[in-house]
Amino acid sequence: MAEEKKLFKVTIDNITVEVEPGTTILNAARLVGGEVAPPAMCYYSKLKGSGGKCRTCLVEVAAGSTADPRPMPKLVASCRTTVMDGMIVKNITSERVQDARAGIVEFLLLNHPLDCPICDQAGECHLQELSYEHGKEGTRYEFGKRTFKKHDLGPYIQLHMTRCILCYRCVFVADQLTNKRVHGVLDRGDHAEIATYIEKALDNDFIGNVIDVCPVGALTDKTFRFKNRVWFTKPMDAHRDCPTCCGEVQLWMRGDEVFRVTARKDEWGEIKDASDGKTGWICNECRFEKKDAKDWIIDGPTHVSRHSVISANHYEKVIQPQETLPEVMGGRNPKLLMDIHSISEVNRPDIHLSEIEGPAHSDDFNEP
Amino acid sequence: MSVKLLLEKAHVEGIRSYDVYRREGGYRAVEKALKTMSPEAIVEEVKKSGLRGRGGAGFPTGMKWSFIAKPEGVPRHLVCNADESEPGTFKDRYLMEFLPHLLIEGLIISSFALGSNATYIYIRGEYAWIPDILEHAIREAKANGWLGKNILGTGFDLEIYVQRGAGAYICGEETALIESLEGKRGNPRIKPPFPAVKGVWDRPTVVNNVESLAAVVPIINIGAEEYAKIGVGRSTGTKLISACGNINKPGVYEIDMTISVEEFIYSDEYCGGIKNGKRLKACIPGGSSVPILPANLLLKTAKGETRYMNYESLSDGGFATGSMMGSGGFIVLDEDQCVVKNTYTLARFYRHESCGQCSPCREGTGWMEKILKKIDSGKGAMSDIDLLWDIQRKIEGNTICPLGDAAAWPVAAAIRHFRDEFEWHVKNPEECLVRNYGLAGYAEPRPIPA
Repeated sequence: MAEEKKLFKVTIDNITVEVEPGTTILNAARLVGGEVAPPAMCYYSKLKGSGGKCRTCLVEVAAGSTADPRPMPKLVASCRTTVMDGMIVKNITSERVQDARAGIVEFLLLNHPLDCPICDQAGECHLQELSYEHGKEGTRYEFGKRTFKKHDLGPYIQLHMTRCILCYRCVFVADQLTNKRVHGVLDRGDHAEIATYIEKALDNDFIGNVIDVCPVGALTDKTFRFKNRVWFTKPMDAHRDCPTCCGEVQLWMRGDEVFRVTARKDEWGEIKDASDGKTGWICNECRFEKKDAKDWIIDGPTHVSRHSVISANHYEKVIQPQETLPEVMGGRNPKLLMDIHSISEVNRPDIHLSEIEGPAHSDDFNEP
Repeated sequence: MSVKLLLEKAHVEGIRSYDVYRREGGYRAVEKALKTMSPEAIVEEVKKSGLRGRGGAGFPTGMKWSFIAKPEGVPRHLVCNADESEPGTFKDRYLMEFLPHLLIEGLIISSFALGSNATYIYIRGEYAWIPDILEHAIREAKANGWLGKNILGTGFDLEIYVQRGAGAYICGEETALIESLEGKRGNPRIKPPFPAVKGVWDRPTVVNNVESLAAVVPIINIGAEEYAKIGVGRSTGTKLISACGNINKPGVYEIDMTISVEEFIYSDEYCGGIKNGKRLKACIPGGSSVPILPANLLLKTAKGETRYMNYESLSDGGFATGSMMGSGGFIVLDEDQCVVKNTYTLARFYRHESCGQCSPCREGTGWMEKILKKIDSGKGAMSDIDLLWDIQRKIEGNTICPLGDAAAWPVAAAIRHFRDEFEWHVKNPEECLVRNYGLAGYAEPRPIPA
């Protein structure tokens, strides 16, 4: 007898959703989507125990639950706080949250080298997106940034510790995917670093997944390093019959050449579930050895979403994030600062652009 | 007139040994508790006594004990937090070094109350010689039938283990302590779940400070009502204060929380006044992480009332004009001391001790230290002071554990009360290299109430 589960009602930024008990605020907000979902740098839904460390997903809980409607005094990490029935959460509608988040972004960028022009992660970097959305244009930090030497973790993986934001995701991957973890966090505080204790290679069959989970360019694929920029390559869904893993991957191609192989990712940048229902981690052989289009059966172009710089508008069925702002603002649409069309001398406001067929041409405005 | 409950027998010769301790009435409380009281009755007794955690936060101990989950068939644990690493606090060291049996007695009663059959003492690595004292005392207690199987024929089994830490301030935070005890990296856990539900090896656990557990002994001995009569308001019983800094008689004092701060500093029974006849400038009343208070706000509250040495009075006025009782690390600064340098030293400490798990604390503590160093060495700008204020505001409350708050509060309080000193450092870049503000600021001393 399947009893009907009681769903919890939670209101996030004036939008109410019903979720199962035990869901975290972050996952509830992701159901709403769009701007309402808080950014997450360390949380990874596929990794048990992750989250809570980066503090970018802090939200304000304005009412704990229907039973106990007191607000929570501190901002809480939405990735590790479960929802209660009748909880009211403020994310983008709370100034406190926006202020704290701007602070966190500033902290994360303090010692980050900002070497995006030479970083392989650029274009699909979560820290880049976070700083575009929440960062300030300048820095108030006037001291030298901390630097580390580059570490070679075997033939496939390069560790560039200077870029690391210590999200611990790669540590969780090694813990949960491999039988023996050989790397971890050494030292503490702002001199903590990810390292193998003695220069050691990471050579487990699944260790390549640390590259996929790394939110920044600290762990990079040596077979792809400096070969191309991600926005020049086009993602293709492909699969092969792999004895070790699910074999469902994304090929990053330019022309006929396969530059890079990664696991398939969802709209939150996390690895998708494979067709067998398990998380689609891929093995090192698929990731690093099969760089020929002939090795793969190509299913077709990936439907890219959210991550705009990668082939935006190149493919059909682009999944647009849900437009949440009108709902958050109680039915009002964000007001345009200036409607250029209505004040322009060149464009005649009496001619509606939407009524012109095809691209507008100067002739369209010159008509009497 | 002072009541002494914990340190009453501290000066009896040979009190460290079992025979002397027993002769002086030791282990009476264990007999009373195990033979005549039920575990629930002990928890109730501790609740009634109003004992508040002596580690810093001041959470009622009895309440904490009643929160422990009691699932069927799952062992529970009591952990004694002896990772006393707060700069300025050394009361637990004194207690463990001179009265180890008092702690063990308290541990037996508390373990019985909580149903813990394996109790751990997590002691900081720098106290290199104390684990030996404790282990010796545990052996003595075991040889005399106070530990082991079937204690006093009650059917209660208990083993106490001493675990040495490796020297990390963060391991004084209860969940980091639990991680470290399990043999992992000492990173604080994200709460919930709280240790009372999932602590050591995911079993229900209570973590208490050394002094809180030792205070259980007099509570059982004299009874909760009597204990609650000592002290004032919600600050019941006695508190150990470790006084240090520019005073004549630094040391560990037991106070009954009814005396005023002024009396504590100036009376001969306690600190004995400021060293070399100087004036009092400021004081950090509860260990390095609580806000510093200038003399005028230390002796009198903002409302003009006398400030007493207890939880409520010290925190009167909130952080704007008050401070906290904290762990009882009483650091006194005389007029020659420089608050900027002092704050820089504390910031350096917190930067070094941050675990590096969450971003605001990891990056923020390092940033604050660098700015304070800059100001202290005469290279600062006025905007740096506002920047410091902004950084501490962004750290406070946004971290996983209280270390972030502990790093932010001293900086906030120093700027709040001593902004002129920071400004002096900026305006006199050369003079501040040879003299600190205290020595240079003689002409205009801070107003001190008569």
